[in-house]
Amino acid sequence: MIQAILVFNNHGKPRLVRFYQRFPEEIQQQIVRETFHLVLKRDDNICNFLEGGSLIGGSDYKLIYRHYATLYFVFCVDSSESELGILDLIQVFVETLDKCFENVCELDLIFHMDKVHYILQEVVMGGMVLETNMNEIVAQIEAQNKLEKSEGGLSAAPARAVSAVKSINLPEMPRNINIGDLNIKVPNLSQFV
Amino acid sequence: MALKMVKGSIDRMFDKNLQDLVRGIRNHKEDEAKYISQCIDEIKQELKQDNIAVKANAVCKLTYLQMLGYDISWAAFNIIEVMSASKFTFKRIGYLAASQCFHEGTDVIMLTTNQIRKDLSSPSQYDTGVALTGLSCFVTPDLARDLANDIMTLMSHTKPYIRKKAVLIMYKVFLKYPESLRPAFPRLKEKLEDPDPGVQSAAVNVICELARRNPKNYLSLAPLFFKLMTSSTNNWVLIKIIKLFGALTPLEPRLGKKLIEPLTNLIHSTSAMSLLYECVNTVIAVLISLSSGMPNHSASIQLCVQKLRILIEDSDQNLKYLGLLAMSKILRTHPKSVQAHKDLVLQCLDDKDESIRLRALDLLYGMVSKKNLMEIVKKLMTHVDKAEGTTYRDELLTKIIDICSQSNYQHITNFEWYISILVELTRLEGTRHGHLIAAQMLDVAIRVKAIRRFAVSQMSALLDSAHLVASSTQRNGICEVLYAAAWICGEFSEHLQEPQQTLEAMLRPKVTTLPGHIQAVYVQNVVKLYAAILQQKEQAADVQAAQEVTQLLVERLPQFVQSADLEVQERASCILQLVKHVQKLQAKDVPVAEEVSALFAGELNPVAPKAQKKVPVPEGLDLDAWINEPLSDSESEDEKPKAIFQDEEQRHAKQRPPEADEQELARRREARKQEQANNPFYIKSSPSPQKRYQDAPGVDHIPVVQIDLSVPLKVPGMPMSDQYVKLEEERRHQQRLEKDKRKKKRRERERRGTRRHSSLHTESDEDIAPAQRVDIVTEEMPENALPSDEDDKDPNDPYRALDIDLDKPLADSEKLPVQKHRNTETPKSPEKEDIPVMEKKSKKPKKKEKKHKEKEREKKKRKEAEKGEDLDFWLSTTLPAVAPAPEEPRVNAVAAAPEEGLEEPRGEVQDADEDKQQEPEKKPSKEKKKKHKKDKEERTKDKKKSKKKTPPREGVAEPMENGALDEDPLPPMSSYCLLAENSYIKMTYDVQGSLQKDSQVTVSVVLENQSSSFLKSMELNVLDSLNARLARPEGSSVHDGVPVPFQLPPGISNEAQFVFTIQSIVMAQKLKGTLSFIAKNDEGSTHEKLDFKLHFTCTSYLVTTPCYSDAFAKLLESGDLSMSSIKVDGISMSFQNLLAKICFHHRFSVVERVDSCASMYSRSIQGHHICLLVKKGEKSVSVDGKCSDPTLLSNLLEEMKETLAKC
Repeated sequence: MIQAILVFNNHGKPRLVRFYQRFPEEIQQQIVRETFHLVLKRDDNICNFLEGGSLIGGSDYKLIYRHYATLYFVFCVDSSESELGILDLIQVFVETLDKCFENVCELDLIFHMDKVHYILQEVVMGGMVLETNMNEIVAQIEAQNKLEKSEGGLSAAPARAVSAVKSINLPEMPRNINIGDLNIKVPNLSQFV
Repeated sequence: MALKMVKGSIDRMFDKNLQDLVRGIRNHKEDEAKYISQCIDEIKQELKQDNIAVKANAVCKLTYLQMLGYDISWAAFNIIEVMSASKFTFKRIGYLAASQCFHEGTDVIMLTTNQIRKDLSSPSQYDTGVALTGLSCFVTPDLARDLANDIMTLMSHTKPYIRKKAVLIMYKVFLKYPESLRPAFPRLKEKLEDPDPGVQSAAVNVICELARRNPKNYLSLAPLFFKLMTSSTNNWVLIKIIKLFGALTPLEPRLGKKLIEPLTNLIHSTSAMSLLYECVNTVIAVLISLSSGMPNHSASIQLCVQKLRILIEDSDQNLKYLGLLAMSKILRTHPKSVQAHKDLVLQCLDDKDESIRLRALDLLYGMVSKKNLMEIVKKLMTHVDKAEGTTYRDELLTKIIDICSQSNYQHITNFEWYISILVELTRLEGTRHGHLIAAQMLDVAIRVKAIRRFAVSQMSALLDSAHLVASSTQRNGICEVLYAAAWICGEFSEHLQEPQQTLEAMLRPKVTTLPGHIQAVYVQNVVKLYAAILQQKEQAADVQAAQEVTQLLVERLPQFVQSADLEVQERASCILQLVKHVQKLQAKDVPVAEEVSALFAGELNPVAPKAQKKVPVPEGLDLDAWINEPLSDSESEDEKPKAIFQDEEQRHAKQRPPEADEQELARRREARKQEQANNPFYIKSSPSPQKRYQDAPGVDHIPVVQIDLSVPLKVPGMPMSDQYVKLEEERRHQQRLEKDKRKKKRRERERRGTRRHSSLHTESDEDIAPAQRVDIVTEEMPENALPSDEDDKDPNDPYRALDIDLDKPLADSEKLPVQKHRNTETPKSPEKEDIPVMEKKSKKPKKKEKKHKEKEREKKKRKEAEKGEDLDFWLSTTLPAVAPAPEEPRVNAVAAAPEEGLEEPRGEVQDADEDKQQEPEKKPSKEKKKKHKKDKEERTKDKKKSKKKTPPREGVAEPMENGALDEDPLPPMSSYCLLAENSYIKMTYDVQGSLQKDSQVTVSVVLENQSSSFLKSMELNVLDSLNARLARPEGSSVHDGVPVPFQLPPGISNEAQFVFTIQSIVMAQKLKGTLSFIAKNDEGSTHEKLDFKLHFTCTSYLVTTPCYSDAFAKLLESGDLSMSSIKVDGISMSFQNLLAKICFHHRFSVVERVDSCASMYSRSIQGHHICLLVKKGEKSVSVDGKCSDPTLLSNLLEEMKETLAKC
């Protein structure tokens, strides 16, 4: 079972917080902060598994994370999940984001948190892995987007939002931070998907 | 209205959407909180609007704010409004918000039930999908109960997208509503073979998750999973299955044997690291479970270790980490194979990655031996010094202690070294584990008698330099060691070199800054020291010195009397008074030392931590009974003192005898010795050396302390453990030399008596003799202690509720609650359940349920035997190396299965049954057993065949399931009918057959006491006929009755079961019988009788057996069956209920139903197939039957006619 999925940036700002077990909001924030500090300390070239993290679960739980450009993707899982499998799942999730947003960058996650959630929902449901086949995931997302479009969408003036995003003033965040380097080497896992 | 709409949409133009909100927050870096509270106000306004789009937008923004840590539960109701929007766009926003913030405590959640149900049955798959996803996050026990049935229906949805979600969410439903597990399980199992890989994967996922918590209930699925493992190519699924097998093998070693080969094949063939790793893991689990008895797996171990070494040496840190993790599992059972890679592990200790270092530490635990312990600990100590960050250092500390103390200090050859290590560890700054060190010090000092002298010297040094420890204390736990130090110095004060100096150290003013519980120990042990000093001085006749010591105490103790800590204060003032009294006596030149010492006479023995819990409650003692009647409420103030002693070590809680005169003491000591001698759990090498009170000859009893003189008795200042390492090396070298010498001179062999083990061993680990003769006292356990370890289980474990036996057939009372009636499904599936049967039963009164339980138990017994057999069957087959066609092994096995393999577990099952079953019910002869076995084999084959041909038919099932019929509910039905009744007793009965016993039926008779008398000595007798006979206990004649195994108090009912042997079942028959009993009341007792007629209908020989439509069709085609039919007119009941009635009263199951026509099936205990075609016309029903025995069929139809006529 997956206990929680957290996405935050290099400064610890949450970009996606998904718990599969109830925690009050303040504890959630605490967990995010704690996890961020645990992960931050670690170099990029050491292992992607992390024990401890006093807030979630007990000794049965592990944090499995990947670091892409400005973002950390952290999954908190118990021993029923395969560690390497989850690493691969993170990769699938990020690649799916990349496909759905066309060259995903942190800004996409910032402004479309809801969409990121919808994508995640097709990958993991209630803490259990739902689908690992990326084509299937993307197909379902697109079908739902189409359905939404046919209903007229949420925003009556989508153009406004788009232009607004484009002209946004971003003090600390360089534009087009591309998560780009998606071909991060996952040893021998490539045929996994 | 229209105007309002227009206004609404104009307003919307100015509403912020999610993007605006995010941008706004980013632009208000300085006053973010203020800006957000402004936004929340706006959102509140928006939520008040009627326009659902506005609301959805607002809820969307709230979801974002929730991520930032804002509580949005106040908007729960609005979220529900958005969830119920008709547009998917809005609905999905609502469900997302709900999934983020709803939980069991959300009160409005119950309002969602109907909405969710509606969405689940929505024609749009995405509406359903979004509802399932949302529900998976916030399902509550109530929702789970109410929606379980709807979700179960979705498991057979036409769209795989919905099926996989429905399957997955069932796990959550099971967790919240465990009762749903059994009814839903057959379908879940079916989904393991779903054509869609996603659905299959989901089902594997759920079952693995279930099985992980309660593996034994899923053992019977092993063959199915095995098949999946050898056929699936989906690595996700494979990993899950392989992990599951890892959990199952410990329960069934034979499974392991079967697995090894395919797993090793996978290890060799796969290129996916993740799969390889899980395979290795499971092989390890298998090897662990096989470790006893199966010698020939060294090749597999070698393979695993080899593969792991490759992982550990890989440059990828992740693989290195996992390699170490798996290695530690092998270590537990095959330490030798891992120890060969010690170099690698030690290398990993220096890795820059903390996770890897921690894993390597774990491995070290199993790698130590007498030989290398010192070396390894030395290495760890250097790491302790280097370590940055307290967590890692603390981890090191606990590991050092773990390693040294494992299996009763097995690897320690020199305890002085160990004490020095402990003392060195006290110099760690900022560790949280002071109490651990303290506990070790105490444990070693108490249990290793030879070390006490050394320990005391070290502890007094520690007390002397307490300021060093305490100075950096308040923040951390290291001062805990002072607790141990003080106690050791006090308790074993006879070993102190300079007790006076230690006494002074313990009375320093600085001590009062220590935590209370430590001060308390100080105070207590000060007196012990004082007693020792007094004795010493008085023996030396140094009155002056003795009085000085007393004076010192009188001066210093008041600082403790003023302590804020109650415990310290109380002890101090008590002791102060005592000392003052002693002072007075001393002034009169009375010798007091003896009496003061008497306060602390006697030895404290270590008590095992669980000893208290394990003291069995003596017979006849009721712990809940009042000793005195409770007093009135006014006096309710006796709560406080409890807590004070709780933190203390158990040893301290032990009471010491108050001042008692010599004789009394001696007597008690004698008594205790006596008791110890008789106590088998009191293990001691020698009679206990009494402390001060020991008179001269007692010295001999102290185990000879053979301290090697090459070790200095007192290491000046803080000890250096390193010195010991060197010394130890020298010592060992010496020993080896000596030994060599001795080998040459055999005559000197006797001298080696100091050795614990005489030299049977070769030059190995065992050969290193300990430096001291170690006398490790075992911890005491109470007499009759139960060896169980049940107390380790957590009673609050949520997964315990899911510990449910899934193999026993569904009882009628078990079903998912349904909101409305549904049509029967085509039982294409291998489900045991039978929906029409179930539907009516749920409404039955409680009494009925109880009876069902009985029946169920009965069924369970049979089923268990069956299950055991099936699995055995599979397991005992030797598997061809290549993935086999699923049928083959079975067929082979029929011929090849070894008899023993089958016999053994059967015996177990029967054993287990014997408790439950007092009736002389089944004593099957061997021949019969075999016959059944064959029967069963044939049946399994049958089933297999039919299963194979079953194409997925969701399309057909679908419209029927959804076609809801709002019909009158059936009145409660009972299969029990009246047997006989009089003023005393009422008897109802039911007859049940079993497929396992072709000539036996069980009659369950419910006896209800209707009188105010007490009924006892009940006995049931029946006049046997040629065809039917009552099974009586062995040795009794045909005229004897069978006693009822219980008595009946007034108003109570209970059920008794009687077994009858039947020859022919094609005819119904009646047996005359009598129940005799004694009725006892206030006036006396009378002998009573009740006659009855037991009616065995043909129906009672039927057993509800599900049948698949294809098998059914085949049966009809075969042409071996004769036909007969009936027609009943004037029936008003709905077809649905009619079928239900037939199912219930005549034990049929519905095979297929189309409109007002249904085919039904049942089977007799002697294997007759009975097929029915039931058609309903206007006010009439016709039943066409086919059966292999025409007489049976016509009789059955007659009985059915009777039932139908009542409808």
